[in-house]
Amino acid sequence: MTVDQVRTVPAAPSTRTRLTRVLLGRDAAITALLVAVVLVASLTVDNFSTATTWYFLFLDVFPILLIALPMTLLVIAAQIDLSVASMLGLSSVLVGALYENGWPLAVAALVALVVGAVGGALNGFLVTVVGLPSLAVTIGTLALFRGLAVGILGTRAVTGFPSGAQDLVSAHFAGTGIPVVMALFVVLALAFGVVLHATPTGRLVYAAGLNAEAARFAGGRVGRLTFWLFVASGVMSALAGVYWTLRYGSARGDNAVGLELSVVAAVLVGGVSIFGGRGALPGVVVGVLLIGALRSALRLADVSSDVINVVTGVLLIATVVGPGLVARARGAARRPGTRPSAGAPG
Amino acid sequence: MVVNRFTILKGEAMAESDDEPGPTSSHPGASADAAPATPAAPLGPAAPLGPAAPLGPSTRTPAPTLVVRGLVKHFGPVVALARAELEVRPGEIHALVGENGAGKSTLVKLLAGVYQPTAGQMLLDGAPLEPRTPADARDAGVAVIYQEPTLFPDLSVAENVFMGRLLTGRGGLVSRKAMRERTRELLATLGVEIDPDRPALGLSIADQQLVEIVKAVSLDAKLLVMDEPTAALSGVEVDRLFAVARQLRDRGAAVVFISHRFDEIFALSDRITVMRDGEHVSTQDTAATDTATIVRQMVGRAVDTMFPRTERTPGAVVLEVQGLTRAGTFEGVDLHVRAGEILGIAGLVGSGRSEVVRAVFGIDRYDSGTVRVDGRVLAQDGPEQAMRHGLALVPEDRRRQGLHTDLSVARNVALTLRRRLSRGGILTSGAEYRVAHEWAATLQVKARDLDAVAGTLSGGNQQKVVLAKWLSTTPRVLLIDEPTRGIDVGTKAEVHRLLDRLAGDGVAVVMISSELPEVLGMSDRVLVMHEGRVTAVLDRADADPETVMSAATGTVRSAVA
Ligand SMILES: Nc1ncnc2c1ncn2[C@@H]1O[C@H](COP(=O)(O)OP(=O)(O)OP(=O)(O)O)[C@@H](O)[C@H]1O
Ligand SMILES: [Mg+2]
Repeated sequence: MTVDQVRTVPAAPSTRTRLTRVLLGRDAAITALLVAVVLVASLTVDNFSTATTWYFLFLDVFPILLIALPMTLLVIAAQIDLSVASMLGLSSVLVGALYENGWPLAVAALVALVVGAVGGALNGFLVTVVGLPSLAVTIGTLALFRGLAVGILGTRAVTGFPSGAQDLVSAHFAGTGIPVVMALFVVLALAFGVVLHATPTGRLVYAAGLNAEAARFAGGRVGRLTFWLFVASGVMSALAGVYWTLRYGSARGDNAVGLELSVVAAVLVGGVSIFGGRGALPGVVVGVLLIGALRSALRLADVSSDVINVVTGVLLIATVVGPGLVARARGAARRPGTRPSAGAPG
Repeated sequence: MVVNRFTILKGEAMAESDDEPGPTSSHPGASADAAPATPAAPLGPAAPLGPAAPLGPSTRTPAPTLVVRGLVKHFGPVVALARAELEVRPGEIHALVGENGAGKSTLVKLLAGVYQPTAGQMLLDGAPLEPRTPADARDAGVAVIYQEPTLFPDLSVAENVFMGRLLTGRGGLVSRKAMRERTRELLATLGVEIDPDRPALGLSIADQQLVEIVKAVSLDAKLLVMDEPTAALSGVEVDRLFAVARQLRDRGAAVVFISHRFDEIFALSDRITVMRDGEHVSTQDTAATDTATIVRQMVGRAVDTMFPRTERTPGAVVLEVQGLTRAGTFEGVDLHVRAGEILGIAGLVGSGRSEVVRAVFGIDRYDSGTVRVDGRVLAQDGPEQAMRHGLALVPEDRRRQGLHTDLSVARNVALTLRRRLSRGGILTSGAEYRVAHEWAATLQVKARDLDAVAGTLSGGNQQKVVLAKWLSTTPRVLLIDEPTRGIDVGTKAEVHRLLDRLAGDGVAVVMISSELPEVLGMSDRVLVMHEGRVTAVLDRADADPETVMSAATGTVRSAVA
């Protein structure tokens, strides 16, 4: 392309150009990595390519998948919610405590979801109205929600949930290793995916993450958006808490301690920029599955859990830092100007 | 050594024309570098450089400080520079002009070490200049001032001046005192009144730019490059900047000055280099040419720079502001604008002009007063509410407020329309491409395609994207803050025609501009602000430069209409 072509009025890129850009994009790369891991593991690790392995893999990553959906939107909007695992624990404890006191399980679960919304609203309020940074706010509510959870049940565990509900959670589609709950995830993922990638709200999520001030100048209600993203995060964490309770048949105050880091790690591996504004939902789903598959394969290969953690950490660093290094190695031009010290305006 | 050079060159540099004799390269060191590496300069009058030049009697043309030869820069498929040539002499202010996207800023970034050239050569005082980083360029003696200053807001003025090479005292600790003293001296030499201890945060853009210049001076830079330094400044501030630039020139520095304002180019520069499509077109003495010639070389055709004006009869009052007050920012502002009318707002930077329109649009809150649209009070409920009532605001700060530099052109243009473009809540890229294409065509945006990241466009083309973003909302009231900032002559005339047409179609336009000719040429009425108050409202017939300037500087408080 020459200068003369640049002079002509810019058109929408051709379908072929757009397809090429997708194929060269990060989502394609991470999907290829997942396929590679699955192929290699299937060939080299005994029992990896069995329905049972996949069944447990899905059940294990299910809560991470659920919480990663709103987390993706939050991180793209340049926010973060670290209170998700504590909310999961609180939700689990509430289900247990209410059920123990004779409430119907469905009602107990509903209450847990409402509490999730309230907790999310608290985060949202502190961030958007009071104006505190979300990192600080959610580290605070991480401690708060966990404290409440442990306060309610102490170190006890509530067990003995109705077997019907537990069976439902662990049921799988006949003849496959795919748990029935994954259908719920697919529906939710489609909903979040459509909101992020094909609605005005989704456009605002990106705009707010890249430059909240310019988003406001363009008529975006950034505060309102952020508030509702935190509410969504609270509800999805609470839903994951209900699932956790039934899947393991145990409501405890310390359920899922530290899970927030797995979620954030998966979101980053999935190609979302921790600085906001960049990333896509399909990449994140693949990212969660990639980490899950890798860990599952290593476990089956009798690798010690320390080593598994190291490998996961390396994967995180490689996928987050890697693209930058590749770009630099290619000598790609630095984009001027978005961060304060970089480059110069035109 | 460099300081020496400045002082010795002083006499010579005062010479405005090439005919005046003066010493060429004044100290042996420079001549040793310069003479062998600088054969006949590719541009301008040939510069015969004998080895005897430095100590013997003066030659007519001093050895150039900067020589750029056949410089090429590609960004992927985009050719930003095809064959750039430039030669700048010591003690010269050299204007670099060209259309938006001609490659001026790219050339600057190559000099500054932000990018590396694809091909070609740069020589500084005869030695190859090959900066890998901005720090390299700085060490070589190149100082660059960008359009938007890049100071660290939380550091003091002195710390900013010495950023990257803090002065140390005993024990290797940073010596604030030394830096403060040195900065104070430099500020005094340049006649600038800024407290070296205050934080950069809160300095006006004009003052920030002066701090950048002080920084350049503290480096004893051989070459000072200013990329559209005046785009954000108004008259008085421009004068102050020019005084400092002339002072630097007179000390023997080579100064490159980029601007789209011809009055400034002719007031300041000694020579002019014209670029087009990344190539060198011409270099000539400023005294020997005129605006029309330069414009023709830039654009490749003659441009009608007259302000367009179709006759129109203003309709009903659409926007009416009464007693608008925000403590410490503006007070008791009254204004109204009719359908089909252009109200120009003049005033110095910091007079509260931008703040008033921001408050009207709902970005900032105001303490008292009312805003009415079509006679109905517009509640203070943010920009979305204002947009629903047909308001649009093209903000002053392109990179912070107007544009998402990391989003594509299409996404930027369609952002304001995202709700209107969606069908059943679903927004498709196709709809965004359609509206973006339409407006990119109307405004002649130069970009690879609609997926191009807005931040990679040239400054003027970014401004066009901002305009497209707001004009596409088909507003009834258009608040527009510096509509042609950084836009080249051809497009500027285009934008003026567009504003005229919008007014002709019945849009009420409120236009803030620091360019007096623009305000006077485009407005039906001119409102002047000074220190947060309206000091004059003038009809087109009464608005002349003197009246407006005296109202803007507060020397005369004419009766408010
Ligand atoms: N980082 C980049 N990536 C891709 N293209 C770029 C990049 N930087 C500049 N360009 C392209 O190079 C060309 C020259 O841009 P440049 O900023 O040098 O123009 P300019 O002469 O400074 O224009 P203006 O007067 O509008 O500031 C433009 O077409 C621009 O889109
Ligand atoms: Mg430029």
